[in-house]
Amino acid sequence: MERLKKFFRFNALSGEPVPAERTKKLFGITALFDTPDQIIHAADKISGHYKDFDVNTPYPLHGMDKAMKLKPSKLGFITLVFGLSGTVFALLFMGWAMTLDYPMIIGGKPFFSLPAFIPITFEVTVLLATLSTVIGMLTFFFNYPENNHPLVDTPYLRSVSVDKFGICIYASDTHFDEGNVKNLLMELGGKNIELVYYPQKESYPIFEPKFLIFLAIVAVITSGGTYITLNKLMYLPPFDFMLWQEKTTVQSKSHFYSDQFGMRTPVEGTVARGFLPYMYSGLPQPAQTLVNPLLPDKENLELGEKKYFTFCSPCHGNYADGDSRLNQQFPNPPSLHTDRARNFSDGMIYHIITNGQNIMPSYASQITREERWAITNYIRVLQRAKNAKETDLEFARRHGSLYDKVD
Amino acid sequence: MNSNTQEVMTDYKHEAVLVEGGLTRSDIEEFVARPLDTKPDKKFLIAITISGSMLLLGALCVGLTFWFGVGLWGNNQPVGWGFGIVNFVYWIGIGHAGTLISAILFLLRQRWRTGIARFAEAMTIFAVMCAGLFPIIHMGRPWLAGYLLPYPNQHALWPNFTSPLVWDVFAVSTYFTVSLVFWYIGLIPDFASLRDRTKTKLKKIIYSIFSLGWRHSHRNWQHYEKAYLILAGFATPLVLSVHTIVSFDFAVSIVPGWHTTIFPPYFVAGAVFSGFAMVVLVLVFVRKLFNLEHIITVTHLERMNKIMMATGMMVGYGYAMEFFIAWYSGNPFEQFVFISRALGPYAFTYWIMISCNVIIPQLFWFKRFRRSIPVMLAIAILVNVGMWMERFVIVVTSLHRDFLPSSWGMFIPTLTDFGILIGSFGLFFTLVILFTKTLPVVSIAEVKAVSEGAQPSHGDGH
Repeated sequence: MERLKKFFRFNALSGEPVPAERTKKLFGITALFDTPDQIIHAADKISGHYKDFDVNTPYPLHGMDKAMKLKPSKLGFITLVFGLSGTVFALLFMGWAMTLDYPMIIGGKPFFSLPAFIPITFEVTVLLATLSTVIGMLTFFFNYPENNHPLVDTPYLRSVSVDKFGICIYASDTHFDEGNVKNLLMELGGKNIELVYYPQKESYPIFEPKFLIFLAIVAVITSGGTYITLNKLMYLPPFDFMLWQEKTTVQSKSHFYSDQFGMRTPVEGTVARGFLPYMYSGLPQPAQTLVNPLLPDKENLELGEKKYFTFCSPCHGNYADGDSRLNQQFPNPPSLHTDRARNFSDGMIYHIITNGQNIMPSYASQITREERWAITNYIRVLQRAKNAKETDLEFARRHGSLYDKVD
Repeated sequence: MNSNTQEVMTDYKHEAVLVEGGLTRSDIEEFVARPLDTKPDKKFLIAITISGSMLLLGALCVGLTFWFGVGLWGNNQPVGWGFGIVNFVYWIGIGHAGTLISAILFLLRQRWRTGIARFAEAMTIFAVMCAGLFPIIHMGRPWLAGYLLPYPNQHALWPNFTSPLVWDVFAVSTYFTVSLVFWYIGLIPDFASLRDRTKTKLKKIIYSIFSLGWRHSHRNWQHYEKAYLILAGFATPLVLSVHTIVSFDFAVSIVPGWHTTIFPPYFVAGAVFSGFAMVVLVLVFVRKLFNLEHIITVTHLERMNKIMMATGMMVGYGYAMEFFIAWYSGNPFEQFVFISRALGPYAFTYWIMISCNVIIPQLFWFKRFRRSIPVMLAIAILVNVGMWMERFVIVVTSLHRDFLPSSWGMFIPTLTDFGILIGSFGLFFTLVILFTKTLPVVSIAEVKAVSEGAQPSHGDGH
């Protein structure tokens, strides 16, 4: 607290501002003038003798640049560079986002539609140009904030703030000599000629424990607040109103229907997309007309293999031997290598998968038609593998394995 | 100290006297800074109570909207854009006067702007704040407003950069930022003057922070003037672009009554028109309450009234041209919309708009009315009513008659709609009233620079 008081230079008791304690090191010599004409004349004369000086006026005076022999401001370069980079950045960014990262056809226009990018490009250009100009001026050109500058809180600056015009010649000038400067200012008609000394340096160590604790508290509050806002608050009413929908979810009770089932069976005769009605369902024997439409080839055998392993192998075993993996939780089916099974037509195997048999349920809703025929073909491969003929061995010897993907 | 002694100069080769009553530069500082040093008086408390109650009403209605949803508002099919967009366009328009005064009049070297620029800029900022609220509370889930910004997100999506609604986000946020920076830059020298003037501890701390250690150095003034020029140069096309982009929200669509190329210039003229009316309305009270009649003179107000009349006639031209194009295009849908505007169920809004915006400002042809405070006050209020009605006419009458008669409907605003509208005025006036008590309402440095004998007599900077 004492530091804060010192920083803003207040008498703790009266609240009155007190001037900062000054060192013995000279900063410069100041003089006040009453009229704009006087100060222009003085600046003109002084700029002939000294380089390190400044004029302080409550508002900018016309002709002062020339009197002080100042070069034109180079601030415009910051504006130019940042403005142009804003243009390029906005165009490139929108071009990338709309053509490469997430291309979408909007209103039948090309992905890179320049006319539609112009408004945002313009706005980004203006934003970057103005912000960079102002921030560049305040920090780079003026070295602000600088509340500890030697001239701040001097009677000199307090007069200038109202209506006086002042000149300050810095001690850092190579030709600076206290007597000469005073005489020159006196000659030019300056009043209130004063010496300004550097203020006492005040240090504010950033590793002070109190400051570190303050930083830690700010960090905890900020991150905790963000966490609570994003992860908790968003799921409280009213922010969660997307969850309050009047809808029935799967397997939930519904009070709308008399049977209270949330899930509804489709109207009788409804045909799902992509499915055809199976005319032999419930019959023990399919008609002789049910013919395998797929010739066995590598592609549908691979499909059949995959589906067989997924749906059939848990009970029928990996090689259709009827060796279930289910540890007697479910009765073992018979082997598919019996004569009976080998003499089934393709249509019969397909019918059993579709319709179920004994305790085997129907797989019609889980396995598509094409996949069922592919499984049928694969079962034929397994059956042939257990009962291979001599000619098959000859063939395999010549061509490598007939089907070498089965482990 | 008599404000009526100053006759208007008829010799236009000479600049009229900008600061009346022979005020010295320390007088100017005294007059402008006095409201900041004194305790709030009864008038101030009454004013802030009224505007604060309006603000509270608005906050209540916005809270209800957040809790129950935008179903509390009157908009529904086919009029999906109701008060939310009407108020947004209205407030954005109010904001335009400030930038026009501070940037365009600066570039045109209209030095009389110094007396009113600070106040108009502040009104710009407050009006854009009010405007920015409406699209956000209209969104249904306003807490997700951040989705409008292009930031890398988990949806791997970007906003549609070809949509006028996204242009709006960029235009309004850029406009607000640049206006705020422009305003702050103008305030820095005044903060320094206040810092050196104040006798209170807290104020000294605050002014020191905001003045950044400004010491009126000419080496700073040189860059400062350059920066001001650059900012004015950018703010001028910016202010034109903002209402142009707002008008694109309508003009880029294919709704009859919206799909027209006259919208950008006509929206900008309308914005300046309503903005100047609002500035006149507020300044008439401020100059009286804070004894600033010598700094914000009747001449200032008269000049603003002239601009009001000019922009009012531009708006009138826009209305006429819309009707002409409806007839000339031969498009039956376009013609139907305009006939239904003038004669349909919302005809009363159309005729309020025409009489307030086109007919009544014609009184300003007479110098007597231009310089009469009660007349300009009445006209400023009516122009604001008329310009709000204009946005209502554009938004509602174009939507309420769809292409198919089966989709026709009416828009009837609810109490919540009106509550939020009143609340936005409450927010605006509360901010204005607080501003008059916390910051110098007139730019001290700029007015000092145009007072008598402020510049060197044989200065070669002219």
